[in-house]
Formats: sequence, C-alpha cells, structure tokens
Amino acid sequence: MRRSCAAGSLRRRFSSAAVLMGLLGLGGVALLAPQRAAWGVDPTQMPSAELQARYSGLTHELRCVQCQNEAIADSPAGIASDLRREVRDMLLAGKSDDDVRNFMLARYGDFVLFRPRFAMKTAWLWFAPGVLLLIGAFVSWRIVRARIALVPADNEPLEEDPSR
Amino acid sequence: MNRFTLPAALFVLLVIVLAIGIKHSPDKGIIASPLIGKPAPQFSLPSLTDATRTVSSTSLRGRWYLLNVWGSWCGTCREEHRMLLEARQSGLVPLIGLDWKDDDAQALSWLQQLGNPYEVVAVDREGRTAIDWGVYAAPESFLVNPQGIVVYKCMGELTRQIWEKEILPRLPKQQTAKS
Repeated sequence: MRRSCAAGSLRRRFSSAAVLMGLLGLGGVALLAPQRAAWGVDPTQMPSAELQARYSGLTHELRCVQCQNEAIADSPAGIASDLRREVRDMLLAGKSDDDVRNFMLARYGDFVLFRPRFAMKTAWLWFAPGVLLLIGAFVSWRIVRARIALVPADNEPLEEDPSR
Repeated sequence: MNRFTLPAALFVLLVIVLAIGIKHSPDKGIIASPLIGKPAPQFSLPSLTDATRTVSSTSLRGRWYLLNVWGSWCGTCREEHRMLLEARQSGLVPLIGLDWKDDDAQALSWLQQLGNPYEVVAVDREGRTAIDWGVYAAPESFLVNPQGIVVYKCMGELTRQIWEKEILPRLPKQQTAKS
C-alpha cells in the first residue's frame, strides 16, 4: 500500500517535471530558431551566394571586440558594423578568407577569432581540455582500483533490515 | 603516499593556474594590442580645425607623439579631458587627436567649450583609420616614438596615474627634464 503511494507520487513528480522540461524546451526552441532572421542586425547582401556564404561564415567567426561574447554578425555595436563593412569590402575586392582573418588578427590580436589559431601563445587553449581529461581519467582509474580492493571477500547477501 | 596527497597536489596546481589567470587578466575588458612594438599604422586624414590641411602619419615621423582617440559622443573622453589639457600644458609630448566617427560641428564645439589639448586633430568619420589602429572603444591613447613605433597603448581613460607611471617613464630623459 505504502509502496504504491510512494510510486504514485513519484510518477506525478516525474510527469510534472516532464511537462516543465517540455515547456522549457519549447521556449528554448522558440528563442533560438528564428534568431538570425529576427535579429536583423546585419542586412548586408553580397552579390553572389558564394560570397554571401563566405561573408556569413567570417562574420560569425569574428568576435565583436567591444561586446566580446557576440560575433560581429550578431552585434548592433558600431564597431561591429564597421568591422562587417571591412569584411564585406575585402571580400568584394577579391581577398581570401585568410586575408580577412589576418587583417583582423594584426589589428585586434587573437582575441577576435572565436576559433583561435594554433600558436605557442594559444597552445594551452588547445591542449588543456585533453590534459584535463587525462587527469580526470587517471583520478577515476585510481578511485575505481581502490574501490575494487574494498569488495568483501564473502558473497553473502546483505541481511534484510527489519525496521523497513 | 597519503590518500590526500594527490587531491592536495591537484588543488595547489589549480590555485596556481587560477592565480596566473587572475594576475594576467586584471580587467577582462582590455584586449592587449598587437600593435605594441610595431610601426604605427599609416593614415592621411583631414584636419578638424582646418579643412585644407591633412594630418598624416608621415608628417608625424621623427618625434614622439600621443595619439588620443576620442569623440564628442564619448562620456569617458569628457572625464579624461582635464588630464589631457594638463598634459598639453606640460609640453612633454604633443597630443594628436583622432576624432572617431564624430560630427565635425559637435567636435569643434566640444573643443571650444572644454579647451583644445591637441596640437592637431585628424578626422576619421568612417572609422577606418581607427580599425587600422585596433581601436574598439574610445578613449584610447597610443604613445608613438620618433621611429614611428607604437610603444604603449592606454585603453580607456588616461588618468594621472597612467600619465605618470606609464607615459612619462617611456619618454626620453631630456624631454621630461624640459619642464
């Protein structure tokens, strides 16, 4: 009797959690999906689909130096629109994507690239996750090994707890 | 090995890493300029006070100057203005203004009302020269030596402390002794 009661309340709790998660998920989708179109920060139209794709790619991988956690494509800041204009003009002048990246790099440093290039200065950025993963693996391996040693020699099942 | 040795060692390592991080990043808003130690970007722009004149990087060669990026729309520029006037009075290094994405009339009335600390003001209406200098938020100031190399950049307000601790020591001795 008691047990079914507990199970019922558990089910109720699960279902309300599921509804909540569903709502949050819907809200999240609603917020995220139309973002690029609805923000309308950047109305720039390039003359060809190929240039438009390159332009869009570059402006999404260059960081707005003033607002710092936005790409220049998404930022309404004045400097972001100036930098977008540079990207547009350089692409129209026939410059390559790397020309644009190097142009920004020479002026604003590694900070402008959301995907930092590999250099001595940025090496730790690239290696740190792997190193941390190795440390984590080593620690968990040690813990598991220590726990294995703790397994009791006898395989008798535990006694039932009479108070339950 | 004690069972606490490894966690303690990892903790110490973490503290060291975080300490380095905090020390090297006193202010997250400041982006180190890649321009330091490199030649100042070339530019040639009209003068604010005299439309027939141009201000160019080549005409500034051969002497020290402090390029100050400002705009009449910039609040912090107003705050640093008194310090700039003092800097001008000291006569230690000429101030070159870069009026960034500004309205000429408003910039002129700003100088009339608050005083003009600049030897000359270059007008960058489009903001392209500012991008060449890696400017992203006014005010910014660049100290350039006679060889045209950028030796120091001040991001944000040029305070008395920065003037005394960062700018004056970089100027040559005879120049600072002139006052």
